[in-house]
Amino acid sequence: MGAQGGAPVIAEFWDYVSDADNWWGESGLLFLTWNHLRLAFFATLVATLVALPPAVSLGHRRKGGAVAVGLVNLSRAIPSFAVLVLVVPFSLRYGFGLGFWPTFVPLVLLALPPIFANTYTGLAGVDRSTVEAARAMGMRSREVLRSVEIPAGLPLMITGLRIAATQVVATTTLGALVAYPCLGTPIVRSLQATRDNGELLAGAGLVALLALLTDLGFSLLERRLSPWRRSTADPAPVASIDESGLTPVT
Amino acid sequence: MNGPDSLVWWDWVGNHLDDIAAATSEHLQLTFYAVAIGLAISLVLAVVSLRWRRAYGPLVGFTNVLYSIPSLALFGIFVPITGFGFVTAEIALVSYTLLILLRNIVSGIDGVSPAVIEAADAMGYEPWRRFLTVELRLAAPAIVTGLRIATVTVIGLVTVAALIGSGGYGTFIRDGLSRSFSTPIIVGGGLSIALALMFDLIFIGIQWLITPWARKGALR
Repeated sequence: MGAQGGAPVIAEFWDYVSDADNWWGESGLLFLTWNHLRLAFFATLVATLVALPPAVSLGHRRKGGAVAVGLVNLSRAIPSFAVLVLVVPFSLRYGFGLGFWPTFVPLVLLALPPIFANTYTGLAGVDRSTVEAARAMGMRSREVLRSVEIPAGLPLMITGLRIAATQVVATTTLGALVAYPCLGTPIVRSLQATRDNGELLAGAGLVALLALLTDLGFSLLERRLSPWRRSTADPAPVASIDESGLTPVT
Repeated sequence: MNGPDSLVWWDWVGNHLDDIAAATSEHLQLTFYAVAIGLAISLVLAVVSLRWRRAYGPLVGFTNVLYSIPSLALFGIFVPITGFGFVTAEIALVSYTLLILLRNIVSGIDGVSPAVIEAADAMGYEPWRRFLTVELRLAAPAIVTGLRIATVTVIGLVTVAALIGSGGYGTFIRDGLSRSFSTPIIVGGGLSIALALMFDLIFIGIQWLITPWARKGALR
């Protein structure tokens, strides 16, 4: 059991990351990073395509708020790792095997609630007097949606995407446990077999960096799209639906 | 159909009730210690933030970085230093509670009406007594919300922590995955979800009990 002190661990880490084979090899860190991001991207994309139409339609009509709140609260209470592993027996039984499918399906399920709920709140939270002003100017319902509600709700829609994407990038790591090659793979391999601290820290460090960068990237996008939040004169136009406003940890 | 190949082999469940009870106890202990230690640290950080306002930003920033690290990575990072098992699991689990609790405590106390504070001052409350009996009391709903999110989050993460050998429901999942055996996977995953949902409801109940003013209208 491990207390070896700091210096040897850093040396092991350096040994691992300074070996080019560990980066370029067939299951090297670069391939694993690519495989990780690819799956995270597709899962977020599919979730967005599934969640957007009902969220936009309900938000525009301002119906179904309770569903949005309920979904978010429920999804926060359900551990994502449990969802991930519960798909495995069904995937094995119905011939989808390990690897891609049992990782992809739960990731899509995890990404749905934040995208749906924040899109809904973004649109339904647009000030009523603004919508009425647009109507008074002669805009049709569809025009109000396109030129008023969507632009005003966009920052919160991006918040939903940020939460979903960050959670998906983080949770993809757990795919390693169901045999999907990703940045969780070196972590799991080291913990369960090789006990190579360098490998462990390389995987952990890269995946932590990816999660932080995803969060940061979308945060910058949010700020760009909502200049009014930067001025101190006006408070944010709508509040986030989630009590905490945080991405659930996975 | 009931056998080793069915989704849930009930005979296995029946034969492992002791293991399930032991795992439940481990899961609850890991969760309890993480939330309790997290609350103690967060209270200190909150007092520091309220006393020296400038410290709040950096403290939230730091705890946010800890919070953003995927669990498998954070468990992994500490294994070379503190080894496999309880201590490593707790370090990571406590790290995840800090951001949630710190933010909820500070925003709860910030939300206390200045008029109430003035009234307490006028009644001759010393600052510390005012903090403990007035401000913390009125911030309790926000703090309980923080505890609810922290507890539910930790219950989920304890399941992952089984990978570094700290016990709990994740042990079943690890066992099931290693030999493609459905029953322990479903038992471990299902119980984690059930426990998280149960605590979510318990905290909703506590919230209701400690905020009588929020349900006055309903009683009339």
